[in-house]
Amino acid sequence: MEIFYSLQEFMTYSKGITYLIMGAILILMPLYWLFLTDRDEKKETY
Amino acid sequence: MMERPSRISIKPMITPINVVLGIILAIGCVLTVLRFTGGLSVVTNLDDNNPWGIWIGFDLLCGVALAAGGYTTSSACYIFGLKRYHSAVRPAILTAFLGYALVVLALHYDVGRPWRLPFPIFWQQGTTSLLFEVGLCVFLYLTVLFVEFTPAAFEWLGFPKLREKIVKLTILLTILGVVLSTLHQSSLGALYTIVPSKLHPLWYSGYLPVYFFISSMFAGLSMVLFEGSLAHKYMHDKMDETHLRESEGIVLGFGKAASFIMAGYVAIKVIGLSVDNNWHYLFTGYGAWFLLELIGFVALPAFVYAIGVREKNIRLIQRTAVWTVLGIILNRFNISLIAFNWHLPSAERYFPGWMEIAVSLFIVAIGIVIYRFVTTHMPILYEHPDYRSDH
Repeated sequence: MEIFYSLQEFMTYSKGITYLIMGAILILMPLYWLFLTDRDEKKETY
Repeated sequence: MMERPSRISIKPMITPINVVLGIILAIGCVLTVLRFTGGLSVVTNLDDNNPWGIWIGFDLLCGVALAAGGYTTSSACYIFGLKRYHSAVRPAILTAFLGYALVVLALHYDVGRPWRLPFPIFWQQGTTSLLFEVGLCVFLYLTVLFVEFTPAAFEWLGFPKLREKIVKLTILLTILGVVLSTLHQSSLGALYTIVPSKLHPLWYSGYLPVYFFISSMFAGLSMVLFEGSLAHKYMHDKMDETHLRESEGIVLGFGKAASFIMAGYVAIKVIGLSVDNNWHYLFTGYGAWFLLELIGFVALPAFVYAIGVREKNIRLIQRTAVWTVLGIILNRFNISLIAFNWHLPSAERYFPGWMEIAVSLFIVAIGIVIYRFVTTHMPILYEHPDYRSDH
């Protein structure tokens, strides 16, 4: 477990990890959507 | 006016399900008398350390979450214009209406003095309390659901003009339903933000209102799927051709929606863990329990939903709906009972008595009996021939 001596240290650490996770989620969620829908019947949109 | 086809089939009254329901109702009536004459201590294990028990954890928190099918289905159909889900709206509204009505009934057992129920709304508003906000929203939303349900009753009773007037309000009622549900589903989570020292850090978060609201969406969708599968099994004869034709599309569509929302829910739960830097708790006993809830009852069912949607496997999706409903019940139990007062020695922890569980079963049994009565007599699972395609 990390030891933090100030609120700034805690925020820098936890926010840093959170931003990395959010980046991963931004990539993973569209991929999951494609996985969920890639066998759907394609609609002609033109 | 066309003659109404009779959908009331004559079935024997004494069936195993009816006998079990009858026993539960009889025991529940006795316990009701005990509760309202002898007080909480006669029928519950509640005390000053644990004033909220299974009647709040199950009857209220699970009841409200699982009744969310009403606003999710009606908003899908009327706000997002997905008319292919129209045949799911009435069963969902009925389930939601019964769910909320039974939540209010169950609350009487916990709070007591039912004649004072209107006090917080009309006489003495505690506007700084989240409970007031929850109470007000449930009161308003129950009224909205009642009005949304009335067209079916008016069709049954033969009041076409009244029905027509209410049907014109559909979009307004749907918007009100979404607004009120957003408010009180999240407020139930916000209620627990007042207990940071009592709730285990893995479940406690500033995002609790968001968690409750998002989880109510897939809880409602899964409950519609679960209830639909039961209706198909036991009330197949009550369904018309439209209902049967649309049911596969509803299962696939709701399964897909639930899967994606559940994936989003897992994502925000991980973000919540990270923001509060609670990673180290994952390696404790409570951490294993938390991971069981999050992976075993949210992430895995989300993935299985996705497999079911990809393979167009209706049965798999329906079974996953039961799994998801169990996951929601586990989540609400964790927050209100299991991870609540987690630091207390086990001797001082709350465990529900058999009479509390029996009262909860009694409430569920009342819901099943009323649901069966309504779906047998009113046009819920079929379109009334006089109003076909009138929506």
